[in-house]
This record gives sequence, structure tokens and C-alpha cells, in this order.
Amino acid sequence: MATILTVDDSASMRQMVNFTLKGAGYDVIEAIDGVDALNKAKGSNPDAVLTDVNMPNMDGITLIQELRKLPSYRHTPMLMLTTESSGDMKSKGKSAGATGWLVKPFNPDQLLATIKKVIA
Amino acid sequence: MTIDMTQFHGVFFEESFEGLEIMESELLELVLNDPDIEAINKIFRAAHSIKGGSGSFGFTDVTNFTHVLETLLDEVRAGKHKLIQDEVNLLLTSVDCLRDMLSASRDGNDIDKENVQSIQNDLERVLGNDSPNETSSEKDNKENGNSNENVQTVSDWGIDFLPHINLFQTGNDPLRMFRELEEFGELTAEVNISKLPHFDEYDVEESYLSWSLLLKTDASEDKIKEVFEWVEDDCDLTIGIIKKQETIEVENESDKSPEAGVATGERRKSEDRRKATDRRGTASSESTSIRVNTDKIDALINMVGELVITQSMLSQFSEDFDVGNIDKLCDGLKQLERNTRELQENVMQIRMLPISFSFNRFPRLVHDLSSKLNKKIELKLTGEATELDKTVMEKIGDPMVHLVRNSIDHGIEMPEERLAAGKPETGVLHLNAYHEGGNIVIDIEDDGAGLNKERILQKAKERGLVKEDEVLSDDKINELVFRAGFSTAEQVSDVSGRGVGMDVVRRNIHDLGGVVEIKSEEGKGSTFTIRLPLTLAILDGQLIRVGNHTYIIPLVSIIESLQTSRDHTKSIAGDAELYRLRDEYIPVVRLHSVFNIQCDSKKLDDGLLVVVEAEGHKVGLFVDDLLAQQQVVIKSLETNFQKVEGVSGATILGDGTVAMILDVSSLIRLSREQSYYEKSPVLNIQAA
Amino acid sequence: MNAAVREESVIGLDSETDANQFLTFMLAGEEYGVDILRVQEIKGWENATEIPNTPDYIEGVMNLRGTIVPIVDLRSRFELERVEYSNTTVVIVLKVKSGDSEKTIGFVVDAVSDVYNVTDEQLKPSPDFGKSVSTEFVSGLATVDEKMLILLDIDHLIDANIDVSPIETTH
Repeated sequence: MATILTVDDSASMRQMVNFTLKGAGYDVIEAIDGVDALNKAKGSNPDAVLTDVNMPNMDGITLIQELRKLPSYRHTPMLMLTTESSGDMKSKGKSAGATGWLVKPFNPDQLLATIKKVIA
Repeated sequence: MTIDMTQFHGVFFEESFEGLEIMESELLELVLNDPDIEAINKIFRAAHSIKGGSGSFGFTDVTNFTHVLETLLDEVRAGKHKLIQDEVNLLLTSVDCLRDMLSASRDGNDIDKENVQSIQNDLERVLGNDSPNETSSEKDNKENGNSNENVQTVSDWGIDFLPHINLFQTGNDPLRMFRELEEFGELTAEVNISKLPHFDEYDVEESYLSWSLLLKTDASEDKIKEVFEWVEDDCDLTIGIIKKQETIEVENESDKSPEAGVATGERRKSEDRRKATDRRGTASSESTSIRVNTDKIDALINMVGELVITQSMLSQFSEDFDVGNIDKLCDGLKQLERNTRELQENVMQIRMLPISFSFNRFPRLVHDLSSKLNKKIELKLTGEATELDKTVMEKIGDPMVHLVRNSIDHGIEMPEERLAAGKPETGVLHLNAYHEGGNIVIDIEDDGAGLNKERILQKAKERGLVKEDEVLSDDKINELVFRAGFSTAEQVSDVSGRGVGMDVVRRNIHDLGGVVEIKSEEGKGSTFTIRLPLTLAILDGQLIRVGNHTYIIPLVSIIESLQTSRDHTKSIAGDAELYRLRDEYIPVVRLHSVFNIQCDSKKLDDGLLVVVEAEGHKVGLFVDDLLAQQQVVIKSLETNFQKVEGVSGATILGDGTVAMILDVSSLIRLSREQSYYEKSPVLNIQAA
Repeated sequence: MNAAVREESVIGLDSETDANQFLTFMLAGEEYGVDILRVQEIKGWENATEIPNTPDYIEGVMNLRGTIVPIVDLRSRFELERVEYSNTTVVIVLKVKSGDSEKTIGFVVDAVSDVYNVTDEQLKPSPDFGKSVSTEFVSGLATVDEKMLILLDIDHLIDANIDVSPIETTH
């Protein structure tokens, strides 16, 4: 089954996202911020990355930028979770290398539908 | 898939309250002239997380309110808005408001909507935006599309999709998009390979193909566009209707319709809300969860690891048992016993929390009170890492708040009074916590006016608490403030000073098995000292031996241990002994006499002197031997027995036996009471 | 472990529930009974740790699965002659009410004896014992199978003050 690296500084969002993903049969690697994610990403090979944008230590945009520099992450789908529905944040994310985004608030069904878009 | 979202609420509330605390403390420390950008970011992030979480978990009121708050914070963060003090106060009020909203949501109570609206209006005024704001949830609803359309048309859509060369670089894949389109209806695709380069120029990272698609679907143009939403800027896209077909009625429940997901999601949200309301009957759902430092958990995991190793070792013995291995088996069992005990002790340590949890509320309290009273006060916190049991901490909060309020209200003077008295304009309130003699001690110290002893005495006489001609020591006079119905405040303020309180504070502390003392010097300030027993606490102990008894001395009370020599000891008036420790004489307390037990030898030369200090007194405890140093879990003797003089509690040692933990200050008192030192004039001076 | 097994077998002897059940034990040749519902467990004697400056009948404290439990020597409490502890010496751990709280206290007795059902008719108020056993600890007498049982008021065993004021030290 596919593995997803999820990154969020909020414990409740992490819980909700991971519970949903695991419930749908995905394996989940959890990270609490960009730095943590980057470290965990180096030791694993997830099929997709799902990251919050606003986080301490390293934000989601920077994380995506950094991940894209790693050879094994060049084509990995990376999704941002963002409350900012403005085009500004989306285009920032895109130019950093994000595959797409999911606008908060979302429910588990929306989350799974979005994940299905990027994982075969 | 149905997921009960209420299961995440506990964590959401916990982290939101934590976020509010961060916001509060960062706001209180904000320097307005030169705000720390990282502090602003922290405040913003906290608000941002609350907004995100509340939105996902269906607390719409919280989301709407936080949205306005976040917008303001975002402007501050972007440097578009410079905060002034009044606005910081408004932000603090917003934090309070959010806290109330979250508590109400958690407990299934109603939110005070009027209050929320009025604060929200204030925030919007600061934003320079008095027009009703479009709330985020409204926006989101719009973004989710118009799910009410019942009538839809099946059409033939023509889609020309020409990806730019860099499409793959963001992890997007045309195949996945086509798969998504296929779910809408019948899809045919025609690929255009005209841009495909010659083989030796071919770069697998780049995209050279383009497609012409034909989709037969009832989906709207918006839905089709949504599939390409993420690659909007990475391709040339044209979508158009080639042929309109028959109109049909579409059931909202249709699984194929992407709106169905939204619709069920909405329904679930309202179910969540209903569940939240259902809980209303169950009083307050204050959770009793505990946050534990990961170090403690790591220690536990390590121990479980050891336990597993021991267990597997033992099970090997049972597989091919040999009498020759009996020694090893015994060792293994001992190890198992030790593992188990350590595990138990460490589990108990989970209940220990640093007192910072309790101290954290004071910056806000001091800030609010001092601005209300127009006083200038600096709050100093030390010893925040001192650990105490969660239960003790919960119960000591209110008495501490009372004492702090008291110091701010009655202790620290107005700035002009302070200047006139030759003191710095800003008063200092110092909260300090530390362990001493099996107790946790909390000092609340101010550099204010101190207690006015004459006025206290006069008031006490007026009220008949003290006889007209009675002469009282300073300590006795100070004690009077803890009597019921006693207040010397000239003006009763709403901060403190109704005369109820100090007696209640003392009673509450007594109920916890503690004491509160006051030291005060007129013009210089007052110190309230709360001393609490550490039921369940852990302490670092020095094991000592007297005869066949093992005792534990708290490491914090030990200054040094030394071998005595006869020419340094001096007997005074027969029994009392003094020991010359460099340039001072300290009384010798013989543990065997105080406890009336057998020892190896009564000769000072044969044993050791452990120099300990408590409450400003130094004594030498005479013991037979020093044993190991180790952390011990304090167990109460009072649970099943009663308080024992000279002993603060007991603990269970590695071999399962019980050992008494010595209470140094009570021991000193005890040794003195046993008419041991009464004859010694030197000691009486020291004790005064 | 041992104690738990023993407790089970003792309680299992007689489980008619209508009458009052008493666990009895021997002390200096007399048979005493305590309300069985108050018995938490029965365990063999192990060395206790002395508590400084407490009366003689406080034998010390023991570790009962992480709880510190005081141990009272019942012979000494009744001012009977003390004997060496042997391998039949047992500690009966009882739940004792003290004020609002419940304390767990171990009592050292010579040996555990039996479990009896005592009907209300068999119960008699305690007469004056003279000096042998302080009557303040006795709630009544019962005659069962031709035997006389002295039923103890265990709450009184303790709240008749454990006097731990510091003992006078002489030098």
C-alpha cells in the first residue's frame, strides 16, 4: 500500500489526517514541522507528501522547495494543506514545486478524494 | 467512509488552549517599539492553527472569530499594521474570548454571542474595516460550489490540453487527470506527439505530449476545470461544449457526483454538532489528561525494553532447564524484579509536572492588575522547572493567585510613593520554587511597603483579637494577617482586601498538609513562603546507615559529608556537642539518639558527619555510614498511618524494603525538643 | 502470591452469605474474630522497617505492592507477652476506618484460624474482661461450635490513638 508523509504542527489535524489515511489503508509517516519532515523524508520513500503551510522551524513551502532538490523526490506528488484560499499562496506553492493543494477546512472524504488524485 | 470526528476534539481543545497560552505570553512580552518578528509569527501561527482546526472540526463560531483575528495578525506580520498598547490589550481580550468560546464548545454550553460580536467589531475597527466581513466559512461554502443544482445536462465536452514542458516537475501527471475525468463520464483521448524531440535530445523529466480529449458527461465546466486546477499555469487549456444532449434529473445522492462528497461532509458536520450538544448533560467534561515530557516516555520505553530482554532471557532458561543454571535464573529473577520496580517508579513520575504550568498564569495576571491599579511591576519567575505532583499543583493555584494579588494590591506601592521612598519606580514581584527537605517551597516576594506592624496591632486590638496590654513578637504580629476577618487595607478594592481570603489561603494550604509563613520588613517588602509536602514526588536521596537501619537524606539539604576528628568536637554543658567546621561551630545531631535506635558506635571518630542545612540552620547529622545515592519515590506515611516527626515520608528501595526519608528541618526541631540542646546557650542564639 | 492463594482458600471455606462472616485468628491461646469484609489480604510475616519514636506495638511499615502499610503487633497492642515470630506468624491486612478516610493496616497475629458464620442470636455484648484484654477494642462475643470468639472492633484498634509523641530520650 502507498505511503504518505504527512506534516502538520497541529496535533489534532495530524490525528485527523492520519486516522483518515490509515483508515483508508495508507501507511503514514508523521512529521511535526518542515525540519522534522525533511529529516524523515531522507530516510524514506513515500508515494506522496501532504504538508501544512504555516509551521514553526520550516514552513511547508520551504519544505517542498527543499524536497524537490532531493533526487528521489523530483516527481513525488506534494500537496499543501492551506487555509489561504487566495491565489497568492497557491502560486507560491506552485513555484516551490507543489503538485496541488487542499483548502482547509476539509473533511475526511475530501482529503481522500484529493489523495486519490495523486496516488495511483 | 465514516469517521467520527468527535474523537479528535480532545486533542484539538488541548492544543488550542495551549496555543492561546502561547499567544498570551508572547503578547505580554511584546515590545511595541521593536516587535520580535518570531514572536509575531508564533502568535499568528497559534491563531492560524485554531482557525484551521475549528474549521475542520465544525466549530464555526470559533472559525469566524479567529478569521478576523488572524487577518489582523497577518497584517501585523506583513508589517502593514503597527500595534499600539490598546490593540495588544484587545488581542489579549480576544484570547480570553476564544478561551471562553472553546470551553463552551467543549462543555456543550452556549457561546456568549454578544460578547464575541462586540470584540469582533473592535477587531474589525482596528482593521479599518467596519463593513461586515465575509467570513471564511461563507467563502469556503462558495468555493465548494453550488451543490443545490438538481438539474444537469449531459454534454460532449472538447478539451484541448497542452502541458508546458515543466509539468512533471511539480509531480503532476496527465494520466492521473485523465483518470479523474473518466469518473465524470465517457472519455476519449487523442495524443499529439508532434513536439516529441529526437531520441538523443529526449529528456525524461520534460513533457512533450499534448492531448485532445472528448468527454461525455453531466459535470459542469467548473468541475472539469477543477481537475486541471493545480496545473492551470503549467499548461494551455481550452474547454468547450461540442454538443449539448438531453436534460436529466440528477439525484443528489449519486455517488458519481463529486458534490456528494461535500454534501455528506456537511451532514457529518451537523452530526458532530449534535453530538457536541448531546454531551451537555454530562456536566463539565474537563479532561484529566496529562501532558508528559517525552524524556519520561523515552525512559519508560527503555525500561520496557529491558523488561522484554529479561523476560526473553528467563524464558530461555525454562526451555532447556539445567540445575547448574540456577544461579543465573536467580539473577534473572532479581533483574526482573528490579525492572518491574523501576518501571513502576517511572510510571509514577509521569504525574510530576514542572511548576511552570502553574506559574504561567501570572504574567497575565500581573500585567492586567498593574495596569488596572496604575502600578509598575516587574514579575520575576525562578525555579519553574521544580516538579510537583499534578494534584498538588492543581490545588495550590488558587492560594498562589490570592497571595500574588495581595502583594500587588497591598504590597507594591504606587510609582510616585516608591520614588518618594527612594526606591526604583518599578516594583519587583518574585515567584520562586524549590525543593527543601521533602517539601516544595514557593516564595512570593515583593519589594513593596511591607506590613505595617503598628496598624496591624492596632486593628487587632480594636477587633479584640489581641488584648490591649499584650506584647507580641514581630512574627506573631505578622501572623495576625492570617486571622479571619482581618484586613488593614484603607480602601477595599475589588482586587483584594475584603478581609476574607488570607485565612482561607492558610486553611487551603493546611488542607494540603502545608504551611504558609510570612516575613516582612517595613519599607522593604514582604515574603510569603508556602511549604507543601511532595506526596508522590521524586527526590534525589543519599542513603545512609545507622546500625541496621537505612535512611534517606534529601540530597538538596546536604552540604558535605566528612570524617570527624575528636579535636574538632566540643561538648557543652554535658550533652550538647558542637563540631568545628572550619570557622564555624555546628551542633551535632546524633541520629541514633534522636530516633532512639541502635548504632554501630557512639564514638564520633567511628562514623561520619553529614552536614545538612534547613531553614537557615546548619547541623551535622552523625551516622554510621554513607551508602548509595539514588532517586527515590516519596510515599506518604500519612495515607495509612500518620505524620512522623523527623521523617517526611518513606520510599521503597531496590530490594523491596521500606526506608524512611528524613525531614531535616523537623529533625533539627526534634533534636532540640528532646531537651538535647536546651542547655546550650550557643544554640539558643543560633536558633533565634 | 502465597498470600493471595491463602486468602482465597480461607474465604472459600464457608460462603453462606446471610449471616455475618468472621475471619478468626489465634492470639495467646484465644480466638479472635474480625469482620471478613474488612480483610484485604493475609500474608506471611516479613521484616518491617521501624518507624522512629513510635510505641512498641507499631512494628514498623511494610511494602504492600507499592503502598506503605503500618504493621501493628496485636499481642503488644493488647499488652500481652510478645513472642518470637515464626513461620506461622501471619499479617492480616485490614481496611480500617479512621475519620473520613480508610486506612490499610497490617496486624501481626499468631496464626489464622477459620471463617465462621455468626448469626445475630449467637452474638453477645462484651462483658468486662477485667484486665486481660482492653474492652475498648471488643465489639462483642459469639459462641460458635462450643467455642467462644472475641469479636474485635477494628476501627477502634487504631483510633484509640496511636500515640507517637516523641519518646523521652535519656542520656
